[in-house]
Amino acid sequence: MKAYNTVRIEFESRSSNEGFARAAAACFAAQLDPTLEELNDIKTAVSEAVTNAIVHGYPDRLGKITMRMKLYENRVLEIQIKDWGVGIPDIARAKTPLFTTGGEDRSGMGFTIMESFTDLLRVRSEVGRGTTVTMRKLLHGRGGTPS
Amino acid sequence: MSIRSEVENRTMTLLVGGEIDHHQVKSLMPEVERRIDLHLPNTLIVDLSGVTFMDSSGVALLLRAWRRMQELEGRMNVTQVPPQAARILRAAGLEQMMQIEPQKGARDESL
Repeated sequence: MKAYNTVRIEFESRSSNEGFARAAAACFAAQLDPTLEELNDIKTAVSEAVTNAIVHGYPDRLGKITMRMKLYENRVLEIQIKDWGVGIPDIARAKTPLFTTGGEDRSGMGFTIMESFTDLLRVRSEVGRGTTVTMRKLLHGRGGTPS
Repeated sequence: MSIRSEVENRTMTLLVGGEIDHHQVKSLMPEVERRIDLHLPNTLIVDLSGVTFMDSSGVALLLRAWRRMQELEGRMNVTQVPPQAARILRAAGLEQMMQIEPQKGARDESL
């Protein structure tokens, strides 16, 4: 697969950037003329991944988060969200629905939602080094299924 | 993000609007709890008609309100749920715990 368009955005792990990140992702995806539902799926998945980086990647300091997006020729959008925070010791456990190390304001449903709103979810993490979440989604667009 | 509440007898309707994400829920959650504890309703209706975006932070918010209503031996309904928020609540399995009604007249694209 060859990417024909790429963007990379870097921002601080402030919760006010959650809305910025999902709006930026929706703007980038808009060039594929996605349906409203597809746009909402992208915004939701990005919101979950960025919130995880902010809350769990950098629990007690501000850090750097990057969001890299790629458009492939077969109408696949890839979004990669990377932090250089504390990392996830047990990814399988972190993905379990309702499991959270966050406080009462977290639901433990982040990975479940990322998984159900995208076509592919890959999580790579190293304790003390950070976490990279990669998601892919095929955008049929308002024109219907690609031929 | 906005919040408004109406109380009639012991039924409290909470009208929540705007983007419900982690950033907003940090201030919204204590406010919801404060209003429940102030009025001690036996029925809580959470009206989401004004919600333009919701992620799993909204799930945490509703679960917290639901737990508080359980403690008060009251009930809780979530009404006027827009399609995007409905998909989140469904993915989280919340309909097994509380009554969730979709927004009237909204086309539910997820079905």
